[in-house]
Amino acid sequence: MSEQPILQVQSVSKRFGGVHALENVSVDLFPGEVLALAGDNGAGKSTLIKIISGVHHPDEGKIWYDGKEVTFENPQKAREQGIETIYQDLALADNLDVGANVFLGREPMKRVFGLPVLDRKKMRTEAADALRVLDIRINRFDLPLRSMSGGQRQAVAIGRAIHWNAKVLIMDEPTAALGVPEQRKVIALIKSLKQSGVGVIFISHNLIDIFAVSDRIVVLRRGKKVGETATQATNSDEIVRWMVGG
Amino acid sequence: MRAWIFLFFLLVGFEIWAQLVYHTTFLLNPFNAASIAVFTVGPLLLALGQTLVVISGGIDLSVGFTMGLAAVVFSEVLNLSTGVLPDPLALVVAMIVALLASMVPGLINGLLIAKLRVPPFIGTLGMYGVARGIAYLLAGGATVPIANQLVSSIGNGSFLSIPIVVLITIVLTLAMMFLLSQSRFGQHVYAIGGNRQASLRAGINVSRNTIALYILSSLTAGLGGILYTARFTAGAPQAGETLLLDSIAAVVIGGASLFGGSGTITGTVIGALIIAVIQYGLVFVNVEPFWQFVAVGIVIIISVLVDQTQKQLSGARTDE
Repeated sequence: MSEQPILQVQSVSKRFGGVHALENVSVDLFPGEVLALAGDNGAGKSTLIKIISGVHHPDEGKIWYDGKEVTFENPQKAREQGIETIYQDLALADNLDVGANVFLGREPMKRVFGLPVLDRKKMRTEAADALRVLDIRINRFDLPLRSMSGGQRQAVAIGRAIHWNAKVLIMDEPTAALGVPEQRKVIALIKSLKQSGVGVIFISHNLIDIFAVSDRIVVLRRGKKVGETATQATNSDEIVRWMVGG
Repeated sequence: MRAWIFLFFLLVGFEIWAQLVYHTTFLLNPFNAASIAVFTVGPLLLALGQTLVVISGGIDLSVGFTMGLAAVVFSEVLNLSTGVLPDPLALVVAMIVALLASMVPGLINGLLIAKLRVPPFIGTLGMYGVARGIAYLLAGGATVPIANQLVSSIGNGSFLSIPIVVLITIVLTLAMMFLLSQSRFGQHVYAIGGNRQASLRAGINVSRNTIALYILSSLTAGLGGILYTARFTAGAPQAGETLLLDSIAAVVIGGASLFGGSGTITGTVIGALIIAVIQYGLVFVNVEPFWQFVAVGIVIIISVLVDQTQKQLSGARTDE
């Protein structure tokens, strides 16, 4: 783990009408670290990740990314800088193959007899390379994603982020819609992401997953940070106590 | 794949029918082949644009009367300019004006659907009425005959014994095939139909693509109107009235899903051929023409049923 955080959220507040969705929250994320964001519904987890990914703008506070203070006008800008968010629905086109999804919106072209045509071969081989790094087995790269398992689809979404050089990866409940074996694969995926130096923010309701994968845990309650600890130094009782405020 | 099998059985069926009842050949008669090709032109031209619209998860109900509108505009402008201008120039002017006129319904459809989020079914149904009314108003409620020698010789002429309208349609079909399967635009059409939200998040300009799609659809319909006028030497507001359903049928028989995300131009070509073979074949074996509607209707239902069964058998996830 390097000393310099890749992402620093400094004293960020956000109000929606009269509701304090976030109040003076600060969070650091280091390269190669998995930070778990825990909290009950309405604790402010979604607001926080939406501020980081450029969907919302903070009312107060600053965000530092890669050593510079940043404001992202929209998620597109955040993504261009290397902050990728993988939502629960994964944002994949199930009718297209792996390569087409990895390159969605940024398809490479080649020239055939002077005409620009899609370079499907390049899409396929580079997508395969991106997934090989993640140690994910997909046998058929010409099939639509519809025919793949939940874990494989998750891998494609992560592979896409990696291929486009994400430095920060935000994952919203990545294991929520999966069966147990698939959950384990995603946990393994996140661990291999760490090794490639990506900083991961991991949102989950599942404390077992949080303890299985995270290095550090930040607990939010009613828009405030109520606890932060190294995962090794705590246990689920303490996290639950922070979450419910007992 | 499924559509090929359909087409094969239809051709064999009509061949057997013709042999048994009339002791003649259906398939090996070159006149029949040319007639079926000409029968295919109308539904196929409307279906080409429709295929892309359907893949994107939309539908264009206005194409039939957009075709009629283009036919009437083409005839009126041709009649105004013939005599004033040399025939070829009059043709070019009339074509340009007719294609521009046919783009208007498409542009409005696209804006309604992309910007104001009107459901495609409703937006284009409205445009169906508007285009229909305006076409009849422009035509004065009747068909508009034309008297341009060049146009009628194109409409009924042949090159290397292939009808010129068929050749024009083949060229356009190849261009659309390329656009859909090889271009970034085509890829984005599939992506929008597969997952609109994902396309937006991937930075695809969904509304600009949607507007382009509906303009493209009305342009192929407009070309259909021009070719119709050339073939019958008259422009009629109702030129494409029965072709709307044929075009949707061709797309669906060709394997596109009305839920969006799948379909091919090749499939649509086969679909249009199937419709043309049914229509021409039933005339050839001397069945009352109204059975055509019944037969095409049954084929649509069967192809959707086969599609669903295939999906269940292959165990693919179906999003309900």
